[in-house]
Amino acid sequence: MDSHKPEGIRLLGRVLPWLLIVVLAIAAPYALPSFRLNLLGRFLSLGVVALGVDLIWGFTGLLSLGQGIFFALGGYGAAMHLQLTCATCSRSAGGIPEFFGLYGVKQLPFFWWPFHSPWFTLVAIWFIPGLVAGLLGYLVFRNRIRGVYFSILTQAALLVFYNFFNGQQKLINGTNGLKTDVTRLFGQMVGSDIMQRNFFWLTVLCVVVAWWICRNLVRGRFGDALVAIRDDEARLRFTGFNPTALKTIVFAVAGALAGVGGALYTVQSGIVSPQFMSVPFSIEMVIWVAVGGRATLLGAIFGALGINYAKSLVSEALPYLWLFIQGGLFIVVVTALPDGLVGWWKKGGVPRLLARFRGAPRLATYPALELEGPDKPRITLKGDQQ
Amino acid sequence: MTLLFESLFNGVAIGSVLLMAALGLAVVFGLMGVINLAHGELIMLGAYTTYVVQNIFKLEALKPCFGAYIFVAVLVAFMVSAIAGLVLERSVIRRLYGRPLATLLATWGVSLILQQFVRTTPMAYASGLWMTLLLGLLMPVLLPQRIRARFRALHLRVAGWALALAGGIGTAAWLSGISRLSRASARNVDVTAPKWMRGGIELGSLNVPVPRLFIICLTVVAVIAIYWFLNRSVWGIRIRAVTQNREISDCLGIPTQTVDALTFGIGSGLAGVAGVAVSLLGSVGPNVGGDYIVGSFMVVVLGGVGKLVGTVVASFGIGLLTDVIGAGRLLEVWPSMPPTCAAVVEFFATTSMAKVLIFALIVAFLQLRPAGLFPRKGRMVEA
Repeated sequence: MDSHKPEGIRLLGRVLPWLLIVVLAIAAPYALPSFRLNLLGRFLSLGVVALGVDLIWGFTGLLSLGQGIFFALGGYGAAMHLQLTCATCSRSAGGIPEFFGLYGVKQLPFFWWPFHSPWFTLVAIWFIPGLVAGLLGYLVFRNRIRGVYFSILTQAALLVFYNFFNGQQKLINGTNGLKTDVTRLFGQMVGSDIMQRNFFWLTVLCVVVAWWICRNLVRGRFGDALVAIRDDEARLRFTGFNPTALKTIVFAVAGALAGVGGALYTVQSGIVSPQFMSVPFSIEMVIWVAVGGRATLLGAIFGALGINYAKSLVSEALPYLWLFIQGGLFIVVVTALPDGLVGWWKKGGVPRLLARFRGAPRLATYPALELEGPDKPRITLKGDQQ
Repeated sequence: MTLLFESLFNGVAIGSVLLMAALGLAVVFGLMGVINLAHGELIMLGAYTTYVVQNIFKLEALKPCFGAYIFVAVLVAFMVSAIAGLVLERSVIRRLYGRPLATLLATWGVSLILQQFVRTTPMAYASGLWMTLLLGLLMPVLLPQRIRARFRALHLRVAGWALALAGGIGTAAWLSGISRLSRASARNVDVTAPKWMRGGIELGSLNVPVPRLFIICLTVVAVIAIYWFLNRSVWGIRIRAVTQNREISDCLGIPTQTVDALTFGIGSGLAGVAGVAVSLLGSVGPNVGGDYIVGSFMVVVLGGVGKLVGTVVASFGIGLLTDVIGAGRLLEVWPSMPPTCAAVVEFFATTSMAKVLIFALIVAFLQLRPAGLFPRKGRMVEA
């Protein structure tokens, strides 16, 4: 379609959305009150997670109910680093985070050590979740565990991690989680407005980068292979591809994205706790993508933003109503809108809806009707008998 | 020796609750391929039903037979959950056959709605709604042929539902008189066991709590009943026929849609009976279903989908393991264990860590036998 338009307009069409994003991102901290800005930043970081869910579910057809694991791992990575920098900067509790004192722990557990280094942490928040996802994925995919069995297993894995993190007070403060908002980074309180603004910009950047990576992944041959796995895995295997490797890679990428999202979410919400690994939250991630649109990357981001905004608005006004709405969304999306809103838009849903309101006649497609004209008797179909 | 019996009994007790919760799922998931994440909420409905029945039996007129309320509760809970399941099947799941992932998401939505429904609706009104559904669905069956023949179908249907509505409103009004049922509350409620069920029985040196024994008996009865139903009764044979080949069954005159509804209804009803068992173990709240849902799915997958035997073996196996690991039994049996081993055993000797280890073990086991303990025989097309 675009080829009919002059060069200048095409270029403008390409640049304009980016310009808009940049302007909005720079303006948002000044236009929004800090509470709303914080919410927007959090929801954008959930958008990164949604991109990962879209990669594995929308394109590859793997419904993971355990993305919370990777989300929380990323969050814990960031929080552990912040706790350590805080402890070392104040020297109050012998160089270890304060909560250890409550349980009489004198020595830092060994796996906390590398998190002293900011560089290690920056790598860890996406590498560790990605690695865990890759391992888990490899073990599951190797045995050709698919479909609902995969979903159930990921959910079981989620519970394993949840119970583990919940029960280990002496290692990672158990149920209470790790707080980040009173820690310091670059000499600033993490919870302060100025840091939150920087985190917001960082989040926007991450969303854009994540989107760009995902787009490149799904556009090439790799993306075609993913869609082939979703649509007919056996056939792909018979043509000589190795679905196990492809699925493992894409699951690891989704895990890494969830980790990044989790780290960004943690620094903006001020705490990471095992609640990030609760069963409902991981299933919620799926509904963001389902409402936005499976297999459309923008749909995933907008779905995460839209649903979470709706959630916070409804919960502020009518707290008891939200779960009804969310439950209804699950049912409606699955039964009536399997492509999500963006998919519905792309497939010409709006003109169809308008046509229905205008009462335009439905197109008759009986071949007999077109060949012989309406007067002649035609073959009656089963539904036409009454 | 005592230790062995104690461990065995605890394991069987844990396993029987698991089995009770998983039995309905084994029917719904194993036979129909439907992932019902609202199964936990159907269990919750059963547990709340026990509470409502108990409160009705506290009324003056019924006080003398209070001890028998639990048996009434089992029947009513089965019907409550079965009807909830029927409505769910006819309204949502019917549209989603052959799309298991879609059923998973849709039933999750249903489970959220049910949870919130319990939080926001007084139990008296909920009972009224249920009574309406029960009467409305039963009316066509209950009315004698003479009356049915005399009126037009539409009029009969409208009149039937109107009657049902009246019955429902009546029930709601009657139960509103019981103060505990007249207000909505998100707080947990407690079911008190009847007098004969409190305390324990001395078996040798072992003190066996009666509620546990009751649950084990309930489970045995339920398993035998469902086994008989599926293998001996006409409808059970039809259900299995539809499971094996829907098209051919249809051709042979089996009403497949009725079979679907029936299968789902029975699976849901079993969840309701599980709810009675659950209500005897602890307090009942809107979130009670969530504690059981993942565990029961693991039981079904571990046992082998579509195999009742597998579900039974898997749940008792998990129950025994939970007790052995969670209570640190290995240390009691073998006190002179090397310190490193002892540290590991102690590390896992809590309820939540035992769960961690068992789920990890199940995932590891499925690496070796992806189809579970009792895989289906014969070549199957990959689903």
